[in-house]
Amino acid sequence: MNTLIALAYLLAAVLFILGLKQLSSPKGARNGNFTAALGMVIALAATVPLLHFTRAGAVVVAIGVVTGTIVGTVGARMVRMTAIPQMVALFNGVGGGAAALVAVAELLKFGVHPPFAEVFPSVFSIVIGSISFAGSMVALAKLQELMTGTPITYPGQQIVNGLLAAAIIGFAIAVLAIASIPFSFLSLLVLALILGVAFVLPIGGADMPVVISLLNACTGLAVAASGFTLNNFALIVAGTLVGASGSLLTKLMSDAMGRSLANVLFGAFGQVHAGVRAVAGGQSRSVRSASAEDLGTLLAYSQRVIIVPGYGLAVAQAQHAARELADVLEKRGVDVEYAIHPVAGRMPGHMNVLLAEANVPYEQLKEMDQVNDDFKNADVALIVGANDVVNPAARSTPGSPIYGMPILNADQAKNVIFMKRSMRPGFAGIDNELMYGPNTVMFFGDAKDSLTKLVSAVKAA
Amino acid sequence: MTNELLNELTFFVLAIFVGFEVISKVPTILHTPLMSGTNAIHGIILVGAILIAAGANSRVTIVLGLVAVTLATTNVVGGFVVTDRMLEMFKGRQTARRPADSPAPK
Repeated sequence: MNTLIALAYLLAAVLFILGLKQLSSPKGARNGNFTAALGMVIALAATVPLLHFTRAGAVVVAIGVVTGTIVGTVGARMVRMTAIPQMVALFNGVGGGAAALVAVAELLKFGVHPPFAEVFPSVFSIVIGSISFAGSMVALAKLQELMTGTPITYPGQQIVNGLLAAAIIGFAIAVLAIASIPFSFLSLLVLALILGVAFVLPIGGADMPVVISLLNACTGLAVAASGFTLNNFALIVAGTLVGASGSLLTKLMSDAMGRSLANVLFGAFGQVHAGVRAVAGGQSRSVRSASAEDLGTLLAYSQRVIIVPGYGLAVAQAQHAARELADVLEKRGVDVEYAIHPVAGRMPGHMNVLLAEANVPYEQLKEMDQVNDDFKNADVALIVGANDVVNPAARSTPGSPIYGMPILNADQAKNVIFMKRSMRPGFAGIDNELMYGPNTVMFFGDAKDSLTKLVSAVKAA
Repeated sequence: MTNELLNELTFFVLAIFVGFEVISKVPTILHTPLMSGTNAIHGIILVGAILIAAGANSRVTIVLGLVAVTLATTNVVGGFVVTDRMLEMFKGRQTARRPADSPAPK
């Protein structure tokens, strides 16, 4: 029987690896998700013979599985596309929380002096799982705008966080070396929860995807550690796979923003630096705005238009309106492309997913490197709800928090139409010079309404 | 070191290398779905949660087990479903590619 279970776990591990492999190419991605899900079903089925149910235990498992399935399915199905990053944060957090609780339950079983090989991974799992849980919840709150997306900093913050970490290490050593009693490992759990919150607070909302990816890798490692405690190979292999691939993915994501991981985590990115604000010169500067009719004419008689979508497009659900505008322009013989910045929206790939939903042809979606040289030949760069990814401060202002981030060269287009809800700064919380540019026209309003107005204006032109 | 621990350690180390290798070349557009997919995979903690909960026999273990199983199931189910929803969108893109290959009459 045990041989069969081990073989089933092996099969599950193979399916996870194949699933990850498929998930990293656009063609097989969806199948990859099914493959991994199949692995999960097999691993769960193989666990059943290992269970010795008490009456209460059977009820607990049944209620838990049913509740979790309902919450998970309804949550994942009902959520709007724009809120998907928050859902990923939530699902990651609850996984970390589960890992921490499993470890707590194991430690309770062992008594005061558990063997080191059991207690060490449990302690690791409690700490990392709790950090992942609390950190993910803060990330969720920031993305959902339940709290401010700008970094929350205070003097001596690094020291406070350092002390928290030191206290955690102290309690961990106490559990390992002196006695594993509920007081000590529950303190550990609480301290780790606090550290999770404190760790994410100073990180700006725009960097949440990287943070979630990092916490995702952490949860993987916490799960692997639980596997060591429970002597369960499925947990070890799957958790480690996630830990390793998640770490690499985190690095790839921060690379895509042109910043180091350390800068993302400790740079308090998006804080308004006094110097930068002084350069921007306050709120009194004037911008040009124009009517839909004028802009419609400008667009209709252009040769080449590049649309730069951003989070505003996602919020307004304006992808269909954008497609419609592109269609009427193309009918008039205008060349239309979409320039997709790697971190446009709130997650890498966010824009591709939304525009694909509106059936925008794949060929029109251009990645940054492909399109950046085309801007200088474009008659109009139409910026729909993007901001930081076209902010020239990334090239020109060394003090700016986004300095060095690769941006789309929208400012090189002959005309820039900057569609925005208001003059509010972008997600990174900094002013955008492009709005004051000599060839820039602002067009205020909800992205979807504005695009619809432009469609009728182009038709009338 | 016991044999079992040694085995576990071997699996652990090898899995690290596989994890790095398997996603080393991934396009930016797939970062989010891939993160979400790996997120679902660590929901395997459900196995651990069920192992704990099944033997629940005291008030503390019942509560711990119930919360752990609920959270872990949410992780697994929600993780896979939300990933599928993201990737569903890519299907739309592929059907949109076909008419573009052969210029559609306008």
